[in-house]
Amino acid sequence: MLNYDIVVVGGGPAGMAAALKAKECGVDSILILERAETLGGILEQCIHTGFGLQYFGEELSGPEYADRFIEQVYAEKIEYKTDTMVLEVSQDNKVYAVNKADGLLEIQAKAVILAMGCRERPRGALNIAGTRASGVMSAGTAQKYVNIDGYMPGKKVVILGSGDIGLIMARRMTLEGAKVECVCELMPYSSGLTRNIVQCLDDFNIPLYLSTTVVDIQGKDRVTGVTIAKVDDATRKPIPGTERTIECDTLLLSVGLIPENELTKNVGISLDRVTNGAVVDEYRETDHKGVFACGNVLHVHDLVDFVTQESQIAGEGAAKYVKGECAEKEYITTKGVGAVRYIVPQKVNLNNEGDVKLFFRVGSTFKNATVKVKYNGEELISRKRPRLAPGEMENVVIKNDMLKKFAKDGVIEISVEV
Amino acid sequence: MIYDVAVVGAGVIGSLTARELSRYNIKVALVEKCNDMAMGTSKANSAIVHAGFDAKPGTLKAKLNVEGTALMPSLCETLHVPFKPVGSLVVAFSDEEMDTVKELLDRGNANNVPGLEIYDKAKLKAEEPSISDEAKGALWAPSAGIVCPYELTIAAAENAVINGTEFIRNFEVKAIDFDGEVFTISNGTDTIKAKYIINAAGVYCDEIAALIGDNSIHTTPRKGEYMLCDKSIGSLAKHTIFQCPSKMGKGILVTPTVDGNLLLGPSALDIEDKEDVTTTADTLAEILEIAKKSVPVLTTREVITSFAGLRAHCDKDDFIIEKSEKNAQFINVAGIESPGLSSAPAIALYVKDIVMAEIKAEEKADFNPTREEPVRFRHMSNEERKALIEKNPAYGRIICRCETITEGEIIDAIKAPAGARDVDGVKRRTRAGMGRCQGGFCGSKVVELLAQELGVEINEITKFGGNSKILYERTK
Repeated sequence: MLNYDIVVVGGGPAGMAAALKAKECGVDSILILERAETLGGILEQCIHTGFGLQYFGEELSGPEYADRFIEQVYAEKIEYKTDTMVLEVSQDNKVYAVNKADGLLEIQAKAVILAMGCRERPRGALNIAGTRASGVMSAGTAQKYVNIDGYMPGKKVVILGSGDIGLIMARRMTLEGAKVECVCELMPYSSGLTRNIVQCLDDFNIPLYLSTTVVDIQGKDRVTGVTIAKVDDATRKPIPGTERTIECDTLLLSVGLIPENELTKNVGISLDRVTNGAVVDEYRETDHKGVFACGNVLHVHDLVDFVTQESQIAGEGAAKYVKGECAEKEYITTKGVGAVRYIVPQKVNLNNEGDVKLFFRVGSTFKNATVKVKYNGEELISRKRPRLAPGEMENVVIKNDMLKKFAKDGVIEISVEV
Repeated sequence: MIYDVAVVGAGVIGSLTARELSRYNIKVALVEKCNDMAMGTSKANSAIVHAGFDAKPGTLKAKLNVEGTALMPSLCETLHVPFKPVGSLVVAFSDEEMDTVKELLDRGNANNVPGLEIYDKAKLKAEEPSISDEAKGALWAPSAGIVCPYELTIAAAENAVINGTEFIRNFEVKAIDFDGEVFTISNGTDTIKAKYIINAAGVYCDEIAALIGDNSIHTTPRKGEYMLCDKSIGSLAKHTIFQCPSKMGKGILVTPTVDGNLLLGPSALDIEDKEDVTTTADTLAEILEIAKKSVPVLTTREVITSFAGLRAHCDKDDFIIEKSEKNAQFINVAGIESPGLSSAPAIALYVKDIVMAEIKAEEKADFNPTREEPVRFRHMSNEERKALIEKNPAYGRIICRCETITEGEIIDAIKAPAGARDVDGVKRRTRAGMGRCQGGFCGSKVVELLAQELGVEINEITKFGGNSKILYERTK
């Protein structure tokens, strides 16, 4: 059996940032476990730019962004094992993992940081009708084939879902010589970043059909076409008579990301039904003592920069936990009201010494709306926002002096008023 | 070379029949039009081992169902195929349906089905807590079970191959000539010669029979669509839950699978196209509605995939297992719709008896009835895992995260006798890609391993043979 103060599950941007921060906070015994062959996570296949504007103030590609952290992991001599899959985290924070070189690993950790990221929603979850021909895959899988393996997964492409990966792949496939016929989006708005709609679709004359979905897939061996239809914005059901068939050999799906919380569930940690991630406090500690979660496994982020910042908080929290510096816990809870779908963290310790940033996401688009923060019904903050969209995470800061006035079991509510 | 017997169709019937024949000192070919076995009805069905109360007493279906179900547990043990004796319930929602349930009990008793019992509402609710409050009672059949139908098929074919059967893939039978003694079977370019033919071609049985001028069979593909739900709700059904049957079949069932998922379906629609395994949004919605009658808490939230299969329905409402009237060396095994899977072990013996009455041959002294047990990393203790990886580090690398399938298991599946040649073949043998992400992460790694083990470029690997390729040329 091995012993570490902190075991980090996942060596992507979340895991690396958490580990580096914990190290900076004075914990030396840290082990990162990564299931892929290299550190860096999904960034390694994101060869487009647009990363790092917030955190580094410069525009980097995915591998460049990852590399800045990988270099620091090397420099700080943080231990890591790649090609290593964690099978289980036990009740007493023992981590069971497996790889070719070590075989089965049993590692006793004081604190565990869960940073497993997320996976793409598959076709089955959508129940799209039609055949089971080859040529239907998630956008991220296609991205790996093109950017890592160097092979084209199709030549005539329809993309369902206008999330960022779908938009990025529309451009990438086009640059590689494929014809992207269109991007279809079920909702009346795109969930992708505005800059990606402009730079990936508009600049290449790729049509974006809103309130549209794929209702049928054709082709016996390989996809030969898909049928798309307009949907009713109230019911999100296809409108009969609006179907049209588009000839294509590939359907890429970019229809949502699901945090990979199988390990989390097996530990018995409470999950938030909206985020599909753990319920955490301001240090991203779950309700299982010493287990923290950060990055896309906690909630799906729009920008890796925010993943980095969140994971540093978790790293600091885990370090405090290991060193026994945690304040006594007296929680208030946070609650999204109306259009505010969720807030992370879901609870805040009143005895925390600093300010607390609450991240939240809205369920529909707003123009010139007001974000209101209330404590037990009393208004604390009111802030005008020119634009709010489901694709862009928002935040408000609860100052420490405010926090100090709150009482245990109080509720902070965030709402949007037009 | 002239085979003694060519079995046409490597579904569960053809594969188990080939295995029975491989006990003898004869040359057997198992001929399949697809890139793998279990590519038709055998891969997409309810995976139920029926107790045997449905079929009319005196029919071949009734006899072979009860016999096959009795043979199934030991056969699965021998071949290391997952089987669970979960039992089945036929649930009644009205007094009329309670009468139907009682009729089924009488029929089951006439068919010698063991252990049948009528449950009243209280007993039903105690045994199956998720059942609807509307249920009045049920027929309990303890001998029913669930099995993995494609794994049974693959295991049977592998075992036949170990015992000398030749598995010939991608051979679509297009013509059959007979010279008075030997058949010449052609796919248009190559030929196979055999003294006897067993027609186990599923929905294509009629077309294969027609190649020797036998037009007595007419097969109608009856499509059934299914929805598969995540393991997290797998325990919602402890037994296979049927509703009362209709003339189109046994209706929509809710059942656990041997892998711990929950399966809903099938619909029943007679169609023309023997390749039409498309699913439709309306039918899937209808399946869920009907399934909710049995288990009201079901939602679409946990559905991970949907699929359709075709039953080979014949006009004659019974299995047709006999020598063709046109040629006594040609044996039809047709109309094998439900309870075909349950009956399969008995059908294989029945067909073997017909053939071996004609061919006089000795049993092999060295026949090996067992298939080597595949490594199932996910079912092992940590101690076993440790030992396994020490022996072969390939078992220390997880390829499919959702189902915890290792590189070693995938390589085993490719290297097995009559092993996997495509991504779906690996999936059926190992479960890689069958979990909640449906191959999103591991798909490309499976493609790489197939290319590596088969010694080809990765863009030559297909999803399921033919033109189902996954990748085109290299990027710029």
